[in-house]
Amino acid sequence: MPIKIALAGNPNSGKTTIFNAMTGSNQFVGNWPGVTVEKKEGKLRNNRDVTIVDLPGIYSLSPYTLEEVIARNFLINERPDVILNIVDGSNLERNLYLTTQLAELGIPMVVAVNMMDIVEKNGDRIYPDKLSEELGCPVVQVSALKGKGIFEAAEKAVSLAGKNTTMVPKHRFSDNVEHAIGSIQELIEGQVPENQLRWFAVKVFERDSKVMEQLNLNDNTKQRIEDEILRCEDVFDDDSESIIVNERYVYISSIIKHCFLKNTERKLTTSDKIDMVVTNRWLALPIFALVMFVVYYVSVTTVGTWITDWTNDVLFGEIIPQAVENFLVSIGTAELLQSLILDGIVAGVGAVLGFVPQMFVLFAFLAFLEACGYMARIAFIMDRIFRKFGLSGKSFIPILIGSGCGVPGIMASRTIENDRDRKMTIITTTFIPCGAKLPIIALIAGAMFGGEWWVAPSAYFAGIAAIICSGIILKKTKPFSGDPAPFVMELPPYHLPTVTNVLRSMWERGWSFIKKAGTVILLSTIIVWFGSNFGIVDGRFGMVEDLSDGFLSIIGGILAPIFTPLGWGNWQAAVASLTGLIAKENVVGTLGILYGFAEVSEDGAEIWGTLSTSFTTLSAYSFLIFNLLCAPCFAAIGAIRREMNNPKWTLFAIGYQTFFAYAISLCIYQFGNLINHGTFTLGSAAAVLVLVVFLYMLLRPGSEKRSKIKVLKTVGV
Amino acid sequence: MQTLREAKCGQTVTVVKITGEGATKRRIMDMGITKGTQIYIRKVAPLGDPVEVTVRGYELSIRKADAEIILVE
Repeated sequence: MPIKIALAGNPNSGKTTIFNAMTGSNQFVGNWPGVTVEKKEGKLRNNRDVTIVDLPGIYSLSPYTLEEVIARNFLINERPDVILNIVDGSNLERNLYLTTQLAELGIPMVVAVNMMDIVEKNGDRIYPDKLSEELGCPVVQVSALKGKGIFEAAEKAVSLAGKNTTMVPKHRFSDNVEHAIGSIQELIEGQVPENQLRWFAVKVFERDSKVMEQLNLNDNTKQRIEDEILRCEDVFDDDSESIIVNERYVYISSIIKHCFLKNTERKLTTSDKIDMVVTNRWLALPIFALVMFVVYYVSVTTVGTWITDWTNDVLFGEIIPQAVENFLVSIGTAELLQSLILDGIVAGVGAVLGFVPQMFVLFAFLAFLEACGYMARIAFIMDRIFRKFGLSGKSFIPILIGSGCGVPGIMASRTIENDRDRKMTIITTTFIPCGAKLPIIALIAGAMFGGEWWVAPSAYFAGIAAIICSGIILKKTKPFSGDPAPFVMELPPYHLPTVTNVLRSMWERGWSFIKKAGTVILLSTIIVWFGSNFGIVDGRFGMVEDLSDGFLSIIGGILAPIFTPLGWGNWQAAVASLTGLIAKENVVGTLGILYGFAEVSEDGAEIWGTLSTSFTTLSAYSFLIFNLLCAPCFAAIGAIRREMNNPKWTLFAIGYQTFFAYAISLCIYQFGNLINHGTFTLGSAAAVLVLVVFLYMLLRPGSEKRSKIKVLKTVGV
Repeated sequence: MQTLREAKCGQTVTVVKITGEGATKRRIMDMGITKGTQIYIRKVAPLGDPVEVTVRGYELSIRKADAEIILVE
């Protein structure tokens, strides 16, 4: 008989470790329909009939957060056979709060008290039999980190599911509340399944908007329910939702005395001691800087780059292309096909896989920082700065990593729980000049500004300013408006994560990049390959020798007028910007080819002379800024697609970036011209208009009052 | 009576009432800050906000703006 177990519990309760131990490698990782919340499913290791669904980590079943709504919809609509509720034994009181809510669903439940090793180490005692008696369901003790009790818990759950019982919650609220709930039960009876009656009655009492919509009661019933609620609210002098929360915690406090014995002579735990140093008023920021330096240095500057450079330049630059070429030549393939395979497909696959090693190194760090508890402290330390422009404290990491490479930077946004903060971070991360943009900076600085010292810093300054301005502007737009999510965050105790958990998380994220982003990158690379190698020469379609005859150049010629207001309306610059989409450093190489040099060095020193005749300093700077801020390379676009998990949002991100870049470059060029020549042209008027709109978007008051209902509607659950 | 925002570092206070409504209030209460709960103010973040408190035996970070709706004594 197939059985479905739902794994439910608070964040940081060790749910993931237990899920991994139960399912081994039989996992399927995807997303919950329509949203970017991860859904994990797997088969129990020693019993393939048993499916385990890992619900998002939640504190409550309120209707206010995406994760909670997903979890309760799953529990109500899909009715798993049994709930395995993972409870952190070292934080029993708050964890049992969710347990009291799960118990009302009528689904058989097993409570697994995890982290027993820590409980014992702290010198506390938990009495499972007592707890089982109070809760009215089986209780097992587990130590996920030590691998103890995990399969016993699964077995208990499976055997309970086989018995076909209903969970009947033992807890009772105070008489006034019970009276109201009883009356509501009578009023809605018959409308909901018998075993879910109490759950619905409690939710109706809470005036839960989602449940009320679902029930569709007539006005008379609604009025009688409202009377009951109001009577109760009068007695307690509080709103009904808060009354229930209060009642739950009162109940937990009343049973906890019998089930839990706290060691009264507890000294400071190791975690407390670590925290005293790590978030210390004076030491926190230096330590944070040090940790960030190590992460950046290892994953971007040293180890990551060594492997990435090797993969890009040696493996996919020499070894594989040569081997493939030799093979293709030996079997006598046509030149066209050779070019497609070598310059199109191999180069495309190389572009995808080239980033993977670096990303794996970074993901290992991120997994470690998350699992050991430091990530939550980063949010704690940096929150003050970042929330000012609509980002989370955790946005620091993606942006920092983005200065090395935007692709892992975007992927690092995964650690941000809040949907809005995460989207905002993804959109703004690539504004920071990444490593591949440095050659463009070097080219412009060398050719046009005689290597002036301020050009490179100004590029970074522009990137940071773009992030801050975009944050403020987007924060006030409709999709991002509404109450700022309450930043009430648990700071879990520090602990050393297991190697398998870190490696697994690293692998999951790396693999999902290869799968989801890979297709976009590969496809775009082939299209650009086609555009640069094919064209119409002497009225005939065919392969072209010269890039300037290809379709890409024709497109560049068509696009060029668009960039005239930015000061660089020549087709060479337009084509260079297009090839920059493959990889930003291509901008330099392409300009080199188009100005008639077979190969140029990284900073394009050979074309400095030519460049200074076709650009002015002003138009060159506008060109630089546009290429720094506009849509990133295909690899980064692929990463954006992966993390947004939504075509509309991906297009919005790329569109916003390009539009923003255009607006800024326009202002730079036109205002620069105005100052230099003193003549007010149509372009100046356009720039003034752009500036006015920009300032309006930046300074207008935010529409904060569109509040939570809107937010959940857009989420579409 | 004061709000949690005004409480000093190192103080232990008792929750009297939580004002406001909706998502923020529910979230704060879900995390275990309810009437009669003891809150120990542990530290303030290096940049002055948020605040770290101990409640029901665990550590919680809360912004000063959100702490304003919690009345304590």
